[in-house]
Amino acid sequence: MARVLIRNLNKMYDDFHAVKDVNLEIRDKEFLVLVGPSGCGKTTTLRMVAGLETITSGQVLIGDTVVNDLAPMDRDIAMVFQNYALYPHMSVYDNMAFGLKMRKVERAEIRKRVQDAADILGIRDYLARKPRQLSGGQRQRVALGRAIVRHPQVFLFDEPLSNLDAKLRVQMRVELKIFFNFLKTTEIYFTHDQVEAMTLGDRVVVMRGGLVQQVGEPLELYNAPVNRFVAGFIGSPAMNFAPVRVSNGKDGLRADNPGFGIDVPAEIRPRLQPYAGRDVIMGIRPEDLQLANGSYPPGLCFDAMVEVVEKLGPEILLDLQVGEQTMVAAVEPNVRAKRGDKLRFALRPERLHFFDTGSEAAI
Amino acid sequence: MAISEAVGQRPFVRAPRRGVATRLLEDERWLAAALLLPTVVLLGLFIAYPFIEGVLLSVTDTKVGIPGHFVALQNFIALWHDSIFGTAVWNTFVYTAVATVFKLALGLWLALLLNRHFRGKAFTRAFILLPFIIPTVLSTFAWKWMFDPTFSVINWSLFQLGLIHGRINWLGDPNLALISVIIVNVWRGVPFFAISLLAGLQTINPELQEAAAIDGARPWQRFWHVTWPLLLPVTMVVVLFSVIQTFADFQLVYVLTGGGPANATQLFATYAYQVGVGTGLLSEGAAISLAMFPFLLIVVVVQLLYIRRVEVH
Repeated sequence: MARVLIRNLNKMYDDFHAVKDVNLEIRDKEFLVLVGPSGCGKTTTLRMVAGLETITSGQVLIGDTVVNDLAPMDRDIAMVFQNYALYPHMSVYDNMAFGLKMRKVERAEIRKRVQDAADILGIRDYLARKPRQLSGGQRQRVALGRAIVRHPQVFLFDEPLSNLDAKLRVQMRVELKIFFNFLKTTEIYFTHDQVEAMTLGDRVVVMRGGLVQQVGEPLELYNAPVNRFVAGFIGSPAMNFAPVRVSNGKDGLRADNPGFGIDVPAEIRPRLQPYAGRDVIMGIRPEDLQLANGSYPPGLCFDAMVEVVEKLGPEILLDLQVGEQTMVAAVEPNVRAKRGDKLRFALRPERLHFFDTGSEAAI
Repeated sequence: MAISEAVGQRPFVRAPRRGVATRLLEDERWLAAALLLPTVVLLGLFIAYPFIEGVLLSVTDTKVGIPGHFVALQNFIALWHDSIFGTAVWNTFVYTAVATVFKLALGLWLALLLNRHFRGKAFTRAFILLPFIIPTVLSTFAWKWMFDPTFSVINWSLFQLGLIHGRINWLGDPNLALISVIIVNVWRGVPFFAISLLAGLQTINPELQEAAAIDGARPWQRFWHVTWPLLLPVTMVVVLFSVIQTFADFQLVYVLTGGGPANATQLFATYAYQVGVGTGLLSEGAAISLAMFPFLLIVVVVQLLYIRRVEVH
C-alpha cells in the first residue's frame, strides 16, 4: 500500500522520444487508468514503473523510495501481463506460488495464500491444471491470482482484458471492479480501451505521443476535455467535430459552417469573442444532438439528411449529412427515421465545445 | 410436386468417363502407395539394402577377392576377444560423452548470448555457423596443421606467451590425441547446438522472463525455473541427434589421426574401416560396424518416444 510518484519521466530510444516529461501522482489505494492509442507511450511508462525498462531521465517513487535503480523484484510490485505470461510448464498452483517460493515464504504460508486467492477467484478446482488446459477467462484469473498472493504495494495491469472476446471482456470488467474494491491497493491500469478506462478508473490519464494530455475523473474528461484529442478519444460514438467561422452578427456572436449556423450561447460568448473573424473547431457529442421541436430556439437548430440508420436497441445512431459535414446523432429508440429523411436537429447549448484550430486546445 | 419434376428428368449428372490411372489414384489406398513409393525406393536402395548386405556379410568370412562362406557369429565372437575393439568401444563412448557435454554447454552458452540484443547480431549469428558450413575434411585439415608438432600455431602462441617451454605433440601423444580430436569435434558441433537452441529460445515468450523477474527470480533462477524447462524438448532432440552423429563419427578422426597413435583415437567407424577396407577383411569390418547398431537403436528409440510424448502434450 503506497502512493506512486512519477517525476519528469522521459524515455529516449535512440532518436525516438517515447515518453516526454510525464508527471503523475497515483495516490495510496487509488485506481489510476492510463489510456491512449497504441504507441502513445503508456506501455513504456508502465515498463519503467515496473523496472523492465531503463529510465532515461526523471524519477519513479514507490512509497518514499526512488526505485529508478531497483530491480523489478525489489520494487514490491506485481504485474498482470496482456498475454497473462503464465509459466506453461507449471501447474496453476505453482504459477501462483512461484513468486512466494522465490521470496522464500514458508510452505504452509504459501499454501494458505494460494488457496485463499484461488477461492476468491473461483479457480480452486483448477489448481492442478496446466495453463493450456484453461480458458482465456480462467487464465486471466490465474494471472490475477499470481499477482495478489504476493500482497504487493502496487499492482500494474498491462491491457489485461484485451485478449478476451467481447462478451467475456465485459464480464471480467465487472469482476475486476468488484475485485479491486475488495483489494484496496494502489493500482495502475494501462489500456487502449476508453470504455475500460471510464468504467474502472478512479482517475484517468489520457496519453498521446508520449505526452500526458489530461488527468481527471472519468466524467471530468468526458464533460470538460482539455483538447480535441481527449474530446475525440473519450466517448463512444466519438464526438462530432465541425469547422466553424466565428463572426459578430446582429444578435451577437455567431458560428457558421457551410451546412449550418448557430448563435453562440451566452455563457460561451466571452471565451469565443477573441476568435471573432477566425475559424475554430466546434465539437458536439452525438447524444447532445436532439431532434428539434418548436420549443428549441431557432438559433441552435439546423437541417440534416439521414444517411445511415444504426438501430442499437437502447438508442438509434443516425449518420447525418449536414452540408458537407457528416455527423452522428444518438436519438431515442422510438424515433422512426429512414435513409434520405430530412430532419431538424438542435444542439444542446451547454454541451458545446470549441477548440483552437491550430493548437486544438479547448477554448 | 414430385421431386423428379422439380429437378428435371435427369436428376443426376453422369460422371465423365475416367482413365484407369485416374480411377486408381482416386482410391486412397492406391494414392497412398503411389505417394510413398519414392521414399520407399530411396530408403530401400540406400539404407535397407546396404544394411541387409552388411548383416549378411558379417556372418561370413568374406575377404577382398575371396567370396566367403557362412560362419555364423564367429566374427562377433572374435571381436569379443579383440583388445583393439575393446579400446575402440571405450574410446567411442568417451568421445561421444565428453564431446556432447561440451557441445551442449558451449552451445547453450552461445545461444543465450545470441538471444540478447546487441549490435551486429545478425552478422554474429551467421558467423557462428561457419564451422558447421565448411566441409569437415577441409576444416579438419586446418586443425591438423594447427596440431602439427613442428608448425603448430597453438604451440607457437603458447610458447610466445611463456606458458610452455617444449613442443606439445597434440596428435602424437596417446593421452593428448583423444582430447585433441574431441576439441575439433566440439568446435565443429557447437554451431549446430547454438543455432538449434537459439531457435528454441526464441519460441519462449520473453514476457515469461519479465514475469519471473517481477516474481522475484534472480537471473540464474529465471534460467533454471523458466528457460531451461521450456527449452528441454528442443535440447533433448538436439542432444540425441548429436549423440548419434558423434557416435558414428568417422571423417574427423580419419583425417586427424587415422585412429592412432597406437589406437588411442580408434573409434567404431575408423576401426571398421581399417579392418574392412584397409586390411581387406570385409566380413569383420561389417561385424564391427554392426556392433554399433544396438546402441544407436536404443538412442533412436528413446528419441522417438520422447518426441511422441512431447507431441501428445
